[in-house]
Amino acid sequence: MTYVIEGKKDSWQVVLGLEVHAQISSKSKLFSVASTNWGSDPNTQVELVDCGMPGALPVINEYCVDQAVLTGLSLNAEIKKLSIFDRKNYFYPDLPQGYQISQFEHPIVGKGHINIEIEGKVKKIGITRLHLEQDAGKSLHDQDIKNSYIDLNRSGCALMEIVSEPDLNSPIEAAEYVKKLRSILRYIGSCDGNMEKGNLRADVNVSVKREGEKLGTRCEIKNVNSIKFIQQAIEFEAKRQVNIIENGEKIIQETRLFDPNKCETRSMRSKEESHDYRYFPDPDLPPLIISDEKVNSLKEKLPELPDEKKDRFMREFNLSSYDAEVIVNDKDTALFFEKLVKGRDSKVVTNWITGEVFSYLKKINKDMKNSGIAPEKIGSLIDLIVDEKISNRQAKEVFHEYMKSNDDATTFIEKKGLVQLSDQSEINKIIDKVLSDNPKMVDDYQNGKDKLFGFFIGQVMKISKGKANPKLVNELLVKRLKE
Amino acid sequence: MSIDNSTVKKVAKLARIEINEEEETTLITELNNILGWVDELKQVNTDSVEPMLSVFNESMQMREDKAESNFDNSQILDNSPESNSGFFVVPKVVE
Repeated sequence: MTYVIEGKKDSWQVVLGLEVHAQISSKSKLFSVASTNWGSDPNTQVELVDCGMPGALPVINEYCVDQAVLTGLSLNAEIKKLSIFDRKNYFYPDLPQGYQISQFEHPIVGKGHINIEIEGKVKKIGITRLHLEQDAGKSLHDQDIKNSYIDLNRSGCALMEIVSEPDLNSPIEAAEYVKKLRSILRYIGSCDGNMEKGNLRADVNVSVKREGEKLGTRCEIKNVNSIKFIQQAIEFEAKRQVNIIENGEKIIQETRLFDPNKCETRSMRSKEESHDYRYFPDPDLPPLIISDEKVNSLKEKLPELPDEKKDRFMREFNLSSYDAEVIVNDKDTALFFEKLVKGRDSKVVTNWITGEVFSYLKKINKDMKNSGIAPEKIGSLIDLIVDEKISNRQAKEVFHEYMKSNDDATTFIEKKGLVQLSDQSEINKIIDKVLSDNPKMVDDYQNGKDKLFGFFIGQVMKISKGKANPKLVNELLVKRLKE
Repeated sequence: MSIDNSTVKKVAKLARIEINEEEETTLITELNNILGWVDELKQVNTDSVEPMLSVFNESMQMREDKAESNFDNSQILDNSPESNSGFFVVPKVVE
């Protein structure tokens, strides 16, 4: 499905390119030994390089270099044996050096690609490049009417900027691209992908064109920090541009800001003049040379990536493409699945993970990794259902309570008195009662009103207080009604 | 290539340097002299020469990823004209 914006006069296509900034999960900063710990008191993790003291010399963190190479490999991209660090010059209070150390002409990683899947169709999205750069500090504007407050704890943290080709054509494609990228980064561990903390954020380039036309003038929306906002920002910005062009005006290339409260983008005038960054190679830093040995040893460390894992899950466990995608998206969920599925039916396990477990995680507002759920906790419950000790429905009803308890499944259902009724003569007694209480319904059913079967089942379940084994009730009821 | 007063003004503004008209005239002359010299250098054929980015012909030294804390908050804020609650305080910059 092509995403199209219907203007007053024409139909318009959207062309998107994303620059994703991913903070590397390192202990110390890119060029200084200061800690990268999140949430510390302001200006307590600042070394001389980070606050721009004259004469302080940057020394690169090898771990950050390795993570950039590892990420490049996982994006199917070319690793550059030689790369250069440049100074990007601009003045802003959260950038005490007066320049950001970045890579301009010679980034560490060149062209690559990743695959995204939309409605069952795979689309290849080109990666233009990945480069290493310093993050800026943080400015707070709401503490004081006249002043801004600056915290340099983030100043100098290592960022990977991952630039896509303009291969994305709808808000949903942009969202899937960021999700896939985040999933890959988490698999290899180079970035925790936490968008709320700002560890993953995107600049979105948006332009519109009529079918068959050349690329239009683009606007860049800076620092969008959630997948939902990325989609909203694109929708608003594309419509804004269509309106401007259809009114006979021209798009001005500019930097814009997304305001999530008003759900609109607006011009960032302050950035207009700073576009002349006067890049030049940083004289403090000789070229970065990456040896073949390093690349090869990192290649060996590359884990199974989401796409490979998905293929394997479909093959090995017979999962549908959709289920496999949902399971592998998060590395820890995939790990959980693999432990849980051992010796169990993969379809039942998948349904429990994507159903009850996911809704439980949502309720307690945690992800699989920090939830601490043991696979056996879920496994022992599933086993009781498969062994027909309790019904699926019973298990679902008590699930949240069970998750809060420290009991194993067997102890828990005993305490709750939740044993499933599987005694044929007991069930038959209930069936007899239901049939003799409702003679008219029985007549109607036998005269062709098949729908009443559900009514009988319901009555039996009600009298048994949900304990009757539904499969058995079904079988026995069919038999009795035929008599 | 030659530089006029608007270029000098723009470069000064980007570098946050305040210059008066007299300095502007001097700078135009000086910068044009430098660029003239660069033009002269450009006449040398460098087709088969790799750009030299550094006088040391060596690769970057790397360090291990270990966090240290060598400065406390008061030392970092020591040179700031104004600070509050551990933050640097600067004139409002807002989008």
